Amino acid sequence: MITMNIKTKTFFLSVSTLILVGLGLHGYSETQGGTTNGSAQSGTKPSITEYFSPASTKKMTPDADGFIQRWSLLEPINKPNRGNTVFVDSYLRNAFDTLYFANQFTIVPKNGEKVKVGEQELTWHALESKKFNVKLFRFASGLEKQMYGVLFWAVTVVNCPQEMKNVRMAVGSNSASMWWLNGKEALLLSGDRRMVMDDCVSPRLTLKKGKNIIRGAVINGPGMSDFCVRFLDENGQPIKDITITNE
Amino acid sequence: MKKINILGATALLSIVFAGTAIAQTGKPFIHDPSTIMECDGKYYTFGTGGGGLISEDGWTWNGGGVRPGGGAAPDAIKIGDRYLVIYGATGGGLGGRHNGRILTMWNKTLDPNSPDFKYTEAIEVASSDGDEDCDAIDPGLLLDPTTGRLWCSYGTYFGFIRLVELDPKTGKRVEGNKAIDIAIDCEATDLEYRDGWYYLLGTHGTCCDGANSTYNIVVGRSKSITGPYLDNMGRDMIKGGGKMVVAAGGRVTGPGHFGRTILEDGVEKMSCHYEADLDQSGRSVLGIRPLLWKNGWPVAGDNFKEGTYEIESERRGYALELVVDFVRMAGGMRGFGRNNDEPIKPVPSQQLEDVIGTWPKGNIGVRIGDYMFRPHQKWTITAVPEAGGYLGGPYYKIVIAGTDRALAATADAEVITVPAFTGAPEQLWRIDQLTDGTYRIMPKVVPNSKEKLALVSSGDSTPTLAPFDMDSDNSKWNFRSH
Repeated sequence: MITMNIKTKTFFLSVSTLILVGLGLHGYSETQGGTTNGSAQSGTKPSITEYFSPASTKKMTPDADGFIQRWSLLEPINKPNRGNTVFVDSYLRNAFDTLYFANQFTIVPKNGEKVKVGEQELTWHALESKKFNVKLFRFASGLEKQMYGVLFWAVTVVNCPQEMKNVRMAVGSNSASMWWLNGKEALLLSGDRRMVMDDCVSPRLTLKKGKNIIRGAVINGPGMSDFCVRFLDENGQPIKDITITNE
Repeated sequence: MKKINILGATALLSIVFAGTAIAQTGKPFIHDPSTIMECDGKYYTFGTGGGGLISEDGWTWNGGGVRPGGGAAPDAIKIGDRYLVIYGATGGGLGGRHNGRILTMWNKTLDPNSPDFKYTEAIEVASSDGDEDCDAIDPGLLLDPTTGRLWCSYGTYFGFIRLVELDPKTGKRVEGNKAIDIAIDCEATDLEYRDGWYYLLGTHGTCCDGANSTYNIVVGRSKSITGPYLDNMGRDMIKGGGKMVVAAGGRVTGPGHFGRTILEDGVEKMSCHYEADLDQSGRSVLGIRPLLWKNGWPVAGDNFKEGTYEIESERRGYALELVVDFVRMAGGMRGFGRNNDEPIKPVPSQQLEDVIGTWPKGNIGVRIGDYMFRPHQKWTITAVPEAGGYLGGPYYKIVIAGTDRALAATADAEVITVPAFTGAPEQLWRIDQLTDGTYRIMPKVVPNSKEKLALVSSGDSTPTLAPFDMDSDNSKWNFRSH
């Protein structure tokens, strides 16, 4: 198959090929959707409601495999890249160190909060993914935003009943990404990556008792952006006795 | 599973590796090669964009295959006396969209010069609308040997890899069949069955970037054709799991688009393309290499590397050697109670010139004995390019290192060495790595015989030629470099 060609041409033509779902975050319907667990319905136009629902205030723990599904996502920052071959470590460190908006490395955003990035006014959306992963591509397409040549920011809060030492943050992302725990870099996924669960795992970390802020940035040129995050204990088992909030 | 049947004096005093013939010879330029098919004594594979390669012997490949419809990444399978060819009529976004269509068509022969060569009208069996999480290209076929049902996996990085069922009589989609999502994060998938397991092989990494392409082939397996396909860590391929089958190596990068060919019990080959062969202008080329199975997982073997080796019998671990006098090295046991403060100095290895004068000048027999890294036990193995080949490799000559004395098959199905290699077919050897990682060694011909015989151990110390038996270590050899 011809991925780079595919991706490149898709990128060039992405604007003209957008088939917009036309749904904002208001007026979600739970009645739509075509793809169910383990089955596929050919010809079904994806709706954002297949992938996300608005975040609630209900107690939420990770899923059965420990994946974190409640996130605040910022609409995509325009970051043109015709291909993903540029995603070497030095490029990414520069891209992720760049300050795009105020309080970028400290903000715990509220749903609907807006930030200014150059000429773009972007909105934070508090969401719960219906999948184990967070399909940023469908987040963008569902909001009628650009899907290629993008930089996404994601924030969530992990609440621990007690201090947890020697845990690891396990991440997969499409494409490259960087992740921080309580303001400190946890790991960098470089290169033209596909989202694979437990692809990259942080060094041993400590989750403190109470709130822990997880922050991530995912960059992509021509690809279907997404990520998945979970924490593993010192035995490599998923941590599930935590709760996830947006604040 | 696509089973086919086939009939199948440079002086070097030290261990050398003169190189590895990894890709095929001729003009083997192709991308996304379909599973290799044998038809009337020739081999065929089709690629992206239409057309394909043909080979008379499985080693030298050239253009000439005919596969209409264009598009991307075909596959092929023989069902009964017909060949079913499947392909993606679109290009996976080449037109800027992901509206994919997968079609099947039949042909009685793959030989475009045959009067029977005529494809049936192509039939659409799967599609994608451009918006859904799938791009309907890159199909792979499996005729389930346990049920006779025909399955097709397809898709790319754009969403899911999907599974549909086809009718093996018509090549059409089974009526009412609904696609099942079975994987993400790969493309150019293929399905296989072995020993109660279904295997899903997908191509991961970045395509179409020449020497920088990171394409590689990964696998998951399931007890059910519908999945879940888990890797060796228990990760579902629907979550990106996959165990490596083959990655870049040598001077080739980006293996992709797996195909499996079972030649006989214990002898399997995998086909793929390499995104770039640095020895062939960085072009995308056809690769054929041994397919090994380790602990129930497929893994690419290595094409044979020319060099100087001990040829070790798997039976007992003894080494193939000339029937000549064992020449003792100088010195003996140093003795006990000696002063250990005496200076230490190396003892030179026995050299060819130390012993060759004691060897007969004519034919010399061959036996198997304790390996002592002596000259009569070291064999230099090099390809003979003008001698042609077989599926995946060239014929080799096997000579005593530093000499032209060549291993040869005899008319009475034994093995000897002749004083000089002449290129006679009984002096040419086929070397196949077996599914367990050991090797089969076969003469190209046994004089005055049509039998297919292999080098075997008839006793711990006695080689002969006999039918190959995968269930016996007598039939297996290892090449050891020291």
